[in-house]
Amino acid sequence: MFGYAEGLEGLALWLPLIWAGLISLAVVMYVIMDGFDLGVGILFRPAQRENWRDRMMISVAPIWDGNETWLILGGGGLFAVFHLAYALLMPALYIPIIVMLLALIFRGVAFEFRFKADSSKFLWDNAFHYGSLVATFAQGVVLGTFVQGFTVVGREFAGGTFDWATPFAMMTGVGLVAGYGLLGATWVVMKTTGELEMWARRKAYRYLIGAIVAMAVVSIWVPFLGIEIEARWFSTPNIYYLAPIPLLTALVAFGIWRTLENERQYWPFVLSICLFLLGFLGLGVSLFPYIVPPSVTIWEAANTVNSQLFALVGFSIVIPIIFGYTIYVYWVFRGKVPETLEDSGYH
Amino acid sequence: MELDAFILSRIQFAFTVAFHIIFPAFTIGLASWLAALEFRWLRTGNPVFKNLYKFWVKVFAVSFGLGVVSGIVMSYQFGTNWSGFSDFTGNVLGPVIAYEVVTAFFLEAAFLGIMLFGWNKVGDRLHFFATCMVAIGTLLSAFWILSANSWMQTPAGFEIQNGVAVPTNWFEVVFNPSFPNRFAHMVMACYLTTAFAVAGMSAYMLLRGRRRGRETGHTLRMEGARRSLSMATAFAAIFAPVQIFLGDLHGLNVLAYQPTKLAAMEGNWETQAGAPLLLFAIPDEEAEENRFEIGIPKLGSLILTHELDGVVPGLKEVPAEMRPPIWPVFYSFRVMVAIGFLMLAVGAWSIWLRLRGRLYDSPAFLWTCVAMLPSGFVAVLTGWFTAEIGRQPYVVYGLLRTVDAVSPVTAGAVAASLAAFVVVYAIIFTAGTYYLFKLLRRGPDEHEVMPGQTPAERPKRPFSAAEERLPGREGGRAPAE
Repeated sequence: MFGYAEGLEGLALWLPLIWAGLISLAVVMYVIMDGFDLGVGILFRPAQRENWRDRMMISVAPIWDGNETWLILGGGGLFAVFHLAYALLMPALYIPIIVMLLALIFRGVAFEFRFKADSSKFLWDNAFHYGSLVATFAQGVVLGTFVQGFTVVGREFAGGTFDWATPFAMMTGVGLVAGYGLLGATWVVMKTTGELEMWARRKAYRYLIGAIVAMAVVSIWVPFLGIEIEARWFSTPNIYYLAPIPLLTALVAFGIWRTLENERQYWPFVLSICLFLLGFLGLGVSLFPYIVPPSVTIWEAANTVNSQLFALVGFSIVIPIIFGYTIYVYWVFRGKVPETLEDSGYH
Repeated sequence: MELDAFILSRIQFAFTVAFHIIFPAFTIGLASWLAALEFRWLRTGNPVFKNLYKFWVKVFAVSFGLGVVSGIVMSYQFGTNWSGFSDFTGNVLGPVIAYEVVTAFFLEAAFLGIMLFGWNKVGDRLHFFATCMVAIGTLLSAFWILSANSWMQTPAGFEIQNGVAVPTNWFEVVFNPSFPNRFAHMVMACYLTTAFAVAGMSAYMLLRGRRRGRETGHTLRMEGARRSLSMATAFAAIFAPVQIFLGDLHGLNVLAYQPTKLAAMEGNWETQAGAPLLLFAIPDEEAEENRFEIGIPKLGSLILTHELDGVVPGLKEVPAEMRPPIWPVFYSFRVMVAIGFLMLAVGAWSIWLRLRGRLYDSPAFLWTCVAMLPSGFVAVLTGWFTAEIGRQPYVVYGLLRTVDAVSPVTAGAVAASLAAFVVVYAIIFTAGTYYLFKLLRRGPDEHEVMPGQTPAERPKRPFSAAEERLPGREGGRAPAE
């Protein structure tokens, strides 16, 4: 397989590829779904009015927990089938991961505590906002560190505690805040009405600009990181196959702009998701088949065939069911959020 | 003891997992309790059950939220702090934990939304279905994570290849020797924890009602407190003895597979026939003996081997460095067992009062229930201390020592994360407890059930008689909603 999996055949060759696809799916699902509810958190403090905040929170309260479960699947899935990658990546990303987890704690409890609080409500407004912001930034740092690559010796991470603290990773951190902000703003556009919808529309432009600038800067920066990604993009014939990715990205960004301008309800959010999918595709093209760049491939990190098969049997049955009831829950909570909290059906 | 990354990681894991287990232990029981309440509401149409549901679902939501956020931490800590463990066990435990995520976590999380926010969006029976899915999800979650934990205690169905565990028989992995006992014992512990929390809370409501001179009142709130006290104490009366029986089975399993842990639990240094049951002692690890022993002769052997002169293994069978720390295992085991017998006594007392029709009127009993409110949590924690500390110095019993499982991270990084966890958990625990008590103080809302939902005005009972359904209304939704 592209010179990376010499001597492997049958299940040993194909299972890691299937699993790389499934883990990627989990990560994409996570980034999009928790992306928009983290984005709502990023918009939370700027939304000054109490009623706006109530409505924004109600729009994600019934579904955020399911969204965040994809993060556990990302971590758990890595442990399940590429446990070597899990054992290498987690210590290398120790500080950003812990910071992300702590930030997610604050924003997660804010959902329940905020509705129970009276005088202390402002505390949970802040917990929700800063928790979302910091968790997003930390995830962006993890992404940047992943692209940069890791120092691995044998079966252990051999780099330093602060290898992730580079300007590039800080840049991807800021970029992801803009990206999730865009998802959150277009979600609020879709789920609310009146002044709040108009306000979110205005915010969406800014986050769109931020996200596009961040994507462009990252794309230009990557060749200077001294890794072999640019050869993959700019050699012939690859460039012909891959050129549509940046072109489509530009087209989608333009589409978001136009649909925001034309006061469309769903399209800005749908196209923002497409923007993330394209970004992810570009990342996949750049990093495949490494699961711990630049040294460990998916075949090297894979569990035994027996172990991958056992997990695959369950996943093939359960994942479609998960999609089924997740879609059902989104359908139950479809449509615009009421303008007052009393009508929202909160328990 | 040097505070290196190893010790700090152990403290961090112990702290975060002990914090985490409190919430699932409660929500596993609460989810089933809510399903029972909603079922009875649908069956009888009695608004008292819906009122109780609406109150306990708030308590559930807060506890569940704390469980989720502290649980995500656990799923990443295997890698961040215990990459040696992840590498060694990944082939075996990775899929087991992944099964927990896909069969349990998604189910709970998705239907929780409907449970909390779906009253006006779906029909009553669909809402009940969502509650059941959440309850099943909590039990599935317990199933998989206890399977993984049990494999660490009694590994089976694997072989060692290139220094890591590789599965050979998945059935043996999942249903490893200590799993069935542990699962039954833990689920029962969660149910009892919830039963005593519900009983304690209901007793508090009744006592407060008495103090305010409303003990004869038939308000929804007082009626709810009586119903839930009755249900919870009946559960305790039936299942506290069952739990003691399950605990005994579990102990026999420990004797068979982890004799050193058992010796630490019993404070038994010498392998001996006719071993006593120690009620109290101060184990001295230096001198390898106990001080101030108070025991019942031969009872230890009788319980463990079912023979008066059965041979019970001692700690001295293995060298000192292969023994777990004796003190925490010895004492936490005793605290757990003592609480088990207290629960048994309270259950028996409740039967005695019930037979005399005085279950709701005895202040001494009600105050005892209030005092027992946290007992289940303490028993769960001390039970886990026994199981986990007793497994030391191994992380996977007999195969991988804890010291070999730690990640290549620096002591400074772990010290910082540990400090952060302590501070953050202290904040959210305080806030969570504060809001829970705020809910408890207020109690079930008198006005949460609309007048239109009283049984007289609410002819259709979705579960009892289909022919009673009125035409033109879907799913048995009350008009007032």
